[in-house]
Amino acid sequence: MDPYIPNTESEVEEMLKVVGIDSIDKLFSSLPQEKRVKSLGLPESLDEFNVFLKLKKMALKNADAQHFTYFLGAGMYNHIIPSVVHQIVSRGDFYTAYTPYQAEVSQGSLQTMFEFQTMICELTGMGISNASMYDGASATAEAALMAARFKKKYKVLVSDALHPEYIETIKTYASGPGIKIETFRHNESGAISIEDLKSKIDEETAGVIVQYPNFFGVIEDLEAIREVSKDILLITVTNPISLGVLEAPGFFGVDIVTGDGQPLGIPMNLGGPSFGIFAIRDDMKLVRTMPGRIIGETVDVDGKRGFVMTLQAREQHIRREKATSNICSNHALGTLYASVYLSLIGPKGLKEIGELNVAKSHYLLEKLEKTGHFERKFSGEFFNEFVVKTDINVSKFQERLLKANIIGPIELGKFNNLFSRERFSDSDLMFCVTEANTTEEIDRLVSIAEAV
Amino acid sequence: MKKYTKTHEWVEVNEKSATVGISEHAQDELGDIVYVDLPEVGKEVKAGEVLCSVESVKSASDIYAPISGKIIEVNKVLEDAPETVNKSAEGDGWIAKIEISDPSEIDKLLDKTEYDKLVEEEK
Repeated sequence: MDPYIPNTESEVEEMLKVVGIDSIDKLFSSLPQEKRVKSLGLPESLDEFNVFLKLKKMALKNADAQHFTYFLGAGMYNHIIPSVVHQIVSRGDFYTAYTPYQAEVSQGSLQTMFEFQTMICELTGMGISNASMYDGASATAEAALMAARFKKKYKVLVSDALHPEYIETIKTYASGPGIKIETFRHNESGAISIEDLKSKIDEETAGVIVQYPNFFGVIEDLEAIREVSKDILLITVTNPISLGVLEAPGFFGVDIVTGDGQPLGIPMNLGGPSFGIFAIRDDMKLVRTMPGRIIGETVDVDGKRGFVMTLQAREQHIRREKATSNICSNHALGTLYASVYLSLIGPKGLKEIGELNVAKSHYLLEKLEKTGHFERKFSGEFFNEFVVKTDINVSKFQERLLKANIIGPIELGKFNNLFSRERFSDSDLMFCVTEANTTEEIDRLVSIAEAV
Repeated sequence: MKKYTKTHEWVEVNEKSATVGISEHAQDELGDIVYVDLPEVGKEVKAGEVLCSVESVKSASDIYAPISGKIIEVNKVLEDAPETVNKSAEGDGWIAKIEISDPSEIDKLLDKTEYDKLVEEEK
């Protein structure tokens, strides 16, 4: 008897009798003997206690954020997550609920997603948000496809200061419909070169994608970028938690905002899952080319407020191959983490958190520069990440940091095969400092650097 | 004089151009129309090719060009009032005007009697 299968032996016998066979094996009689697997080579099964013991031992080998302090960013960030987030998100109704197939019956789920969409619009300054994509990279790739669809043009310009793995993802998505992806340069400030962007915009261009703050942590000049990209779609990938202190992309007239929602209350979880942000300007023509689910607010026959999945005729369960995307789900639980987080900290809290990120990262940079062994590589203003060149022994540095339970900066050289132009050396490091890093930890990192 | 296609579109020939739309039967089948994705003026279409698409709350249907030609006008009223197609599919709810390239194609279409018979048979 299997503890996970509810059928009793007598129930199984009864079912076999109805079907007309005498054993379960006979159900597989059409599989040829020589194709059958003899054994799966699995170890002996263990009871619950021993399974936990084994998994716990494995988990303890992880340098997780409960035991290590992180100075590593580059797309996934260690932020402070209030415990209330976990409490609310763990409610059975939220945690285990799958995507609602009769959406209108799940009014609770639809309402949380509608509130989420509203918060994203408030945060980014945009008019319409969808109920989320899978992650920042695929959301950005879908935005590139959307630009091509809307403009009926087949070239998209991408800043080479975008996360290199996002660029790879965009190229993967663009290869199917044959959209040409061309990158443009950043300059010594770390921000994109307006001249280079301007020179690359032509009649074939549907849109341009920039990141804000960009991969190197530098804050792009969205106003200047909007100036030169008036006739094409401007897509901005953003770090949502930076919007507590940075001006909302919507304010600059950006057409589409994408990004990853992980910094908003979602633990790093070894890289996922999180959710993708996707918001556009308030435009009913543009929204018809937008991918993803959209939750709408309406009234029922009695005039009471209710929620629905709206504009479904864009989606693939109705349009099939003519749909705006093959996406048929969203990361509802991830958006719930973010909604709870944002509700808890509020706009004031978000501003405070942003200010702490800015203050602490600038504090670290100052102390590193004071040692005389670190020099900033780019000159542009930054949020919570920056790149420095160093003359100390990097592997020794990282080793000593690990011993002190500190996860050090990322060595940008690791991405060299993905960067289109710039080649970084092993001594080019990108540090990230958030509100989760204490002053004490920052000082400890600096003294370890000095000692190397 | 309107002529119909098997795919439930109609065409009415004027001087040099023809007006096209979907039939009364088609609008009834589709339900409340919420959006008409009007074709682009200047676009060349071939008879039987997709002209544009029409969306109701739960479906999206391709509308086929009854005849070949160049689109010279589209019914802008449908941009803000797509429900006009429901109210008057064969009148004010016309979709586009096409400059006819091959007048002989019209003879191949069904007249009202033949079309009504088709609808009856499909029921």
